[in-house]
Amino acid sequence: MKKLSLVILFIAVMLSSLVIPASAYSLNDYKIDVDYYKNNPYKGTTLNVYNWGEYISDGSEDSLDVNKYFEELTGIKVNYTNFDSNEDMYAKIKSGGANYDVCIPSDYMIERMIDEGMLLKLDYNNIPNFKNIDDDYKSLYFDLSNEYTVTYNVGYVALAYNTKLMPKAPDSWSILWDEDYAGQILMFNNPRDGFAIAQCLLGQDLNMTDPNEWQLAYSKLLEQKSVVRSYVMDEVFNIMESGAAAVAPYYVGDIITMMDNNEDLAVAFPKEGANIFVDCMCIPNTCQNKGAAELYINFMEEPEVALANAEYICYATPNKIVRDLDEYSLRDSDILYPDASVTENYQYFHNLPADTQGLMANLWSDLKVDGDSNASTYIGLGIFCALAASFGAYKIIKKKRREKYYD
Amino acid sequence: MRKLGTASKIYMILIFILLYAPIAVLIFYSFNDSNSTSVFTGFSLRWYGELFRDEATITALKNTLVLAFLSSIISTIIGTIAATGIYYSKTRWYKNGLLTVNNIPLMNPDIVTGISMMLLFVFVGTILKVSGVLGFATMLIAHITFELPYVILNILPRFKSMDKFLVEAACDLGCTPRKAFFKVTVPYIKTEIIAAFIMAFTLSLDDFVISYFVSGPEFQTLPIRIYSMTKKRVTPDMYALSAIIFVTVFILLILTNIAQDDAFRERFKKKPNKRRATS
Repeated sequence: MKKLSLVILFIAVMLSSLVIPASAYSLNDYKIDVDYYKNNPYKGTTLNVYNWGEYISDGSEDSLDVNKYFEELTGIKVNYTNFDSNEDMYAKIKSGGANYDVCIPSDYMIERMIDEGMLLKLDYNNIPNFKNIDDDYKSLYFDLSNEYTVTYNVGYVALAYNTKLMPKAPDSWSILWDEDYAGQILMFNNPRDGFAIAQCLLGQDLNMTDPNEWQLAYSKLLEQKSVVRSYVMDEVFNIMESGAAAVAPYYVGDIITMMDNNEDLAVAFPKEGANIFVDCMCIPNTCQNKGAAELYINFMEEPEVALANAEYICYATPNKIVRDLDEYSLRDSDILYPDASVTENYQYFHNLPADTQGLMANLWSDLKVDGDSNASTYIGLGIFCALAASFGAYKIIKKKRREKYYD
Repeated sequence: MRKLGTASKIYMILIFILLYAPIAVLIFYSFNDSNSTSVFTGFSLRWYGELFRDEATITALKNTLVLAFLSSIISTIIGTIAATGIYYSKTRWYKNGLLTVNNIPLMNPDIVTGISMMLLFVFVGTILKVSGVLGFATMLIAHITFELPYVILNILPRFKSMDKFLVEAACDLGCTPRKAFFKVTVPYIKTEIIAAFIMAFTLSLDDFVISYFVSGPEFQTLPIRIYSMTKKRVTPDMYALSAIIFVTVFILLILTNIAQDDAFRERFKKKPNKRRATS
């Protein structure tokens, strides 16, 4: 009898381990420690958060309203404002006119801000949830000993392509140079991302400073110009969703958004690699409420909150607990979380020295200007000016003649 | 009214299409079921619901309206006084000088105004040892500043058509200069004041560049919020919001038109009655 019960017990244990797969964790295992947030000494203070637009779960479409939840839990008022580029945010904080407590810049901008002493060191004792961050996203190049940042989101650049127009999945950036798809190819409309693709294809370092190398990348982009339909940023959504173009490079999270609206779209990771970027939470030196800022950063990495953000933003989350949650709908997405072999040769952007930046900007505008479409614009403008000038001259001559006549 | 020829009809239709097609498209897609602006998946009021649940947007809208109201009221008051002053100034070169100075901000690109304002505020802030000066107050000052020239330019031409002896007559009949200003001048330029107010209001509503530079962490207006959505994409609840704003403005315009019409009619009706009563 004893033996039998043992066997039954054994089978039961075996079964239970079969029913619950190894990776299954549910949000119930990671309840927010309400008391920790309720008993904070910063009640009644305000916290100024500066983030990208549409970059937080804000309560729309039945998502969690993260800021409101934080306010309810802690009694700290959150002033939440947005910026639209790293450079704008930098200018605003650098001016010193505004007291931001938390900001979320990207990798290369963090490097620059640390260099210029614009960020404060974090007290990680106040951010216990830092342990939830995947080790891959700790101590990144801009913050090697991890003193200033907590990673918020991770993204890659990849190819979005339309399976109807392009039945065979592309595996290289060279598809963007393919004559067969002339007029159906889209390209980034900003210098850094645009050059990165040519650099990957040429096997160059994304952060190179040698002008000759940049010239090489430039001539590569010039080659591509004849097959490109247009250089786009936000417009890519409309064009790809309507099926008007076959292939476009873009940020992975946004490609997933496009795929929701057009089932024919798919993602490909070029074998040459691409740019990987992270956005991190930091505390700028304008901060007036550091303790509350650290509490906020900690709150953002609570599994429940990080899950809501990951679902809303559709970028890859560095929070390893969220990655294992049953509730996370994108958990098994091999688009957001590709194999390590795919992202092996992905590179981060570093902050470029000023003269390299200038060179890049000049080459990019050369690229955009050097073409027929712009030439015709200039010719048109020239003709218009000539017509206006001759009309003016005609009027003046006429007037003079009339005056002469009356004299 | 003279009947329009076909050519002019077509021309007019074309102009109206150019003016209103973008708004029509925007309103159309605000009823889209998905968040795409190229694929119409079905009719729904989803984005209108989202809009009212999105607290950040509603706060931004409230901020925008408060700022627009306050700044346009203040700038209208200051502008009216300034226009009066400019009109009554005696020396010609003084007057012209003032007008030129008034016109410079109009020609100045917004971005220059914005950056210089920010610099000024931060500079004053450092002198007064106040950190984080940028906020509602600085935005209000900036908005009043850039609205002021428009208000003055709107009101000033009306003075030229005014008989300057009207005010003198009022003074002759016992008004103090201040009383004459409120009893004679203000009623005379009333329509221009209202027009200037509306213009200042709309200018404040849609200003992005200047607001962006002088805004602080506590106070964000709608244009800043919408513009910063470009990292991801502008969400369709913004289309819903724009549609609501457009429809509201449209209804308001129709109402004011009707009201003005009525006032017109009443005036014509009442006048003969009055005469009969007094005679």
